[in-house]
Amino acid sequence: MEDQYLLSMNNISKEYYGNRVLKGVNLKVKPGEIHALVGENGAGKSTLMNILFGMPVIYSTGGFEGEIQMSGESTSIDCPHTAMNCGIGMVHQEFMLIPEFNVTENIKLGREIGEPTAFSKIFGNLLDKMNWPQMSRDARKALDSIGMMNIEEYAKVAGMPIGYKQFVEIAREIDKTGIKLLVFDEPTAVLTEGEADRLLEIMRLIAQKGIAIIFITHRLTEVMAVADSMTILRDGEFVARKDVKEINLARIAELMIGRKVDKLVDDSLLRSRDLSDDKIALEFKNYHVDMPGERVKGMNIKIREGEIFGFGGLAGQGKIGIANGIMGLFDTQGDVYAFGKRLDLSKLGEALRNDIAFVSEDRRGVGLLLGESIERNITFSAMQIKNEFLTHIGPIKLLDKAKADQHTRDMIKLLDIRCTGTSQAAGSLSGGNQQKVCLARAITMDPKILIVSEPTRGIDIGAKKLVLEYLTKINREQGTTIVMISSELVELRSLCDRIAIVSEGKVFSVMKPDDSDAAFGLAMAGVREEEAA
Amino acid sequence: MKTLKNIYENIGLPRLIIGLFFIFLVVTSIVLGFSPAALFSDVLRRWLMYGTLVLAMVPGIQSGIGLNFGISLGISAGLLGSVFAMEISFLRNWNEVLGAGAPWLTLLLALLFGIIMAAILGTLYGMLLNRVKGSEMTVSTYVGFSVIAFMNIVWLSLAFKNGELSWPLQGRGLRNTASLSGSFGGLLSNPDVVQSTQPAWLHWLAFKIGDFTVPLGLILVFALLCFIVWLFFRSKLGIAMSAAGENQLFTTTTGINVDGKRIQGTAISTVLGAVGIILYAQTYGFLQLYNAPLMMGFASVASILIGGASVRRAKISHVLIGTLLFQGILVTALPVVNEVIEIGTLPEVLRIIISNGIILYALSKTKGGNQ
Repeated sequence: MEDQYLLSMNNISKEYYGNRVLKGVNLKVKPGEIHALVGENGAGKSTLMNILFGMPVIYSTGGFEGEIQMSGESTSIDCPHTAMNCGIGMVHQEFMLIPEFNVTENIKLGREIGEPTAFSKIFGNLLDKMNWPQMSRDARKALDSIGMMNIEEYAKVAGMPIGYKQFVEIAREIDKTGIKLLVFDEPTAVLTEGEADRLLEIMRLIAQKGIAIIFITHRLTEVMAVADSMTILRDGEFVARKDVKEINLARIAELMIGRKVDKLVDDSLLRSRDLSDDKIALEFKNYHVDMPGERVKGMNIKIREGEIFGFGGLAGQGKIGIANGIMGLFDTQGDVYAFGKRLDLSKLGEALRNDIAFVSEDRRGVGLLLGESIERNITFSAMQIKNEFLTHIGPIKLLDKAKADQHTRDMIKLLDIRCTGTSQAAGSLSGGNQQKVCLARAITMDPKILIVSEPTRGIDIGAKKLVLEYLTKINREQGTTIVMISSELVELRSLCDRIAIVSEGKVFSVMKPDDSDAAFGLAMAGVREEEAA
Repeated sequence: MKTLKNIYENIGLPRLIIGLFFIFLVVTSIVLGFSPAALFSDVLRRWLMYGTLVLAMVPGIQSGIGLNFGISLGISAGLLGSVFAMEISFLRNWNEVLGAGAPWLTLLLALLFGIIMAAILGTLYGMLLNRVKGSEMTVSTYVGFSVIAFMNIVWLSLAFKNGELSWPLQGRGLRNTASLSGSFGGLLSNPDVVQSTQPAWLHWLAFKIGDFTVPLGLILVFALLCFIVWLFFRSKLGIAMSAAGENQLFTTTTGINVDGKRIQGTAISTVLGAVGIILYAQTYGFLQLYNAPLMMGFASVASILIGGASVRRAKISHVLIGTLLFQGILVTALPVVNEVIEIGTLPEVLRIIISNGIILYALSKTKGGNQ
């Protein structure tokens, strides 16, 4: 029976600029069911939800293929307003509340109850008088229905604990008449453990009222605790729809990650060094980085000389913060030692002066001078830190154009940077070539430790292979210690000696590249193997 | 066809329109019977006169503070340096003691005072701009206006003995316009001054070929300043400074103090402003105090923008082209318009329309990518 489902999205496909992000995905949700949507970063969860809500971003990029049915009837949801009328609500990850308004005002925002007045009869209902008692009662009712007796409907939202704000959001969705389906997008990501438990309880409460819930989360334990069924996506493809009863954590993790580790790098180069625990290149002791959204909270790890070391983990868990702290973009605490020497990261350029070079994950924002030439981009760091490419005339240090030019041409050849010449502006290169320029700048420093953050993000497959191969090459030939931070587990597993999975700002576990998919999946989700059994 | 399109894209629409307008004015004025030699002498003189003030925009833009509307700060420093130098020259009676060397010493002293004051003020001004990141241009406009107001008080209260400077009837306060004819006025650019006051071996500084005046001294000084600025932006410090202006995060990760570079850039811009106004006064032959420098910042900003600079990137070529077009139009428009329409203020109206129009156009392009 098709119409036993409240929502069924059939065979949904979506393309962004020729890049297929969803490939025939199905999503079916029954009334009163808590349905989990799981998958790695970039598996297509957000895109699927954007389609469900008819977000403008979908339609401005050419719409989607496939069909959406609500209660068995084909529905076209072409704007968020239609979605709302269909009874679909969303609890956002970032709260969409107005801090200076009180709870009632926030819950009733846009759906205020008015009483006609003399003015409004003439000028329209925008001039209605607000019916505060009725609105307060509604807000109260919504709050009570999710068991939030202790939130006052007249309290200001500003200054509330984060958990409460989340509950106010939920109450707002519940208060909408005719709500049939609620989407929770990573609702527990910002909550404390107690608050998260409370939230799961509330989700059950809501489901009991017959409202269906789509629950998007990375925390697989929560899925096991609260969901009835789940859909697993991987790389934009539909993997499976399972009932929670018939599956365990390890199996979910395996389905999420899948068998897809191809060796991106030629094997002949791999694994032929002696790595020793006595020779440590980089050591973090209780390392904190205050980077919003990617906080590192007390990391301890030793990286051996000559090693290719990977940091993996989900977005927002702090892996990106590791590199940004060393680069000096965000405040750090704790100790970082390079070859036994403690780095004072509050001093600008400290890492660079100690033979640590990096390639930022934010190419356009941090990694490049977009308006300047390839040559300037490649030679800049070495010039400023090591006084290379300069001629000295007394106290004046002038650019040695010929030398810089020659070096740039060498680099262009070495890394196969596709450009019109050394003077082409870096901003006009393609993503892959920009990344090669960033890499060229880092290796011009001739570093002992090279930290690369998301080295293959947004670049084509050819450039990807070249970049990864080159990293391996300088590791094998020059003994450069390479620290690679990446969201792409495949990549890490294809060339790293060890991989640390970062979860909640700490190293969750250090794994070998040939550990099982399930082990990686569980580590990414922050679940110990003994818990999963 | 493609090269033609490339040339067009390199020139850009605004410069094309203004360039064509300039050529149209030149042709018209020659058709109307004005002497081309006199006309081009005038264009050249104005070009050099304003050149350094426009050049002062470059370090500001490159270091990331944007268009330095607060160049009046440097202008004030230069003016102060000039009046102090002239007062000292008067008190020490240099004209009697040193003869032909007196104006040179006065000029050097004016430059020295001006540069020192501008460097100090520019540094403080740079520190202020670091505190208002994101709205530098608004703040610099107000700084530019405020400093003029403050200097009005200063000019009114200075009690100088030099009769060229002070009000004739009062004990204190300086004149609106002080003549430099007894001092360094025209020393580098006016053939009459050079021939009459300087020894023969210095007569090459400014001479005439027929009707055409060649202010060779001024040309060399301006060329030298341009060369120094160009060279500076090829030095390690200059490259770091332009990187700071281009991408703060990038520069920070390379271990460079972005705020420090911005302060240095602002200070250099202010110093060039001081030098610029002294060269301006030298060419013009008068020192203009009080409200005269009020809008000079706008003229400089408009000039460099016409030249093709953006609020983030500027080159010496932008300075040269922009000043030539902007001043050229003003010089040629005056006689032409006077001939065609008999309203005296029209060139002034034209100047305001062009300068403000160009500033508006350029600011609307601020967000327009990196191309």
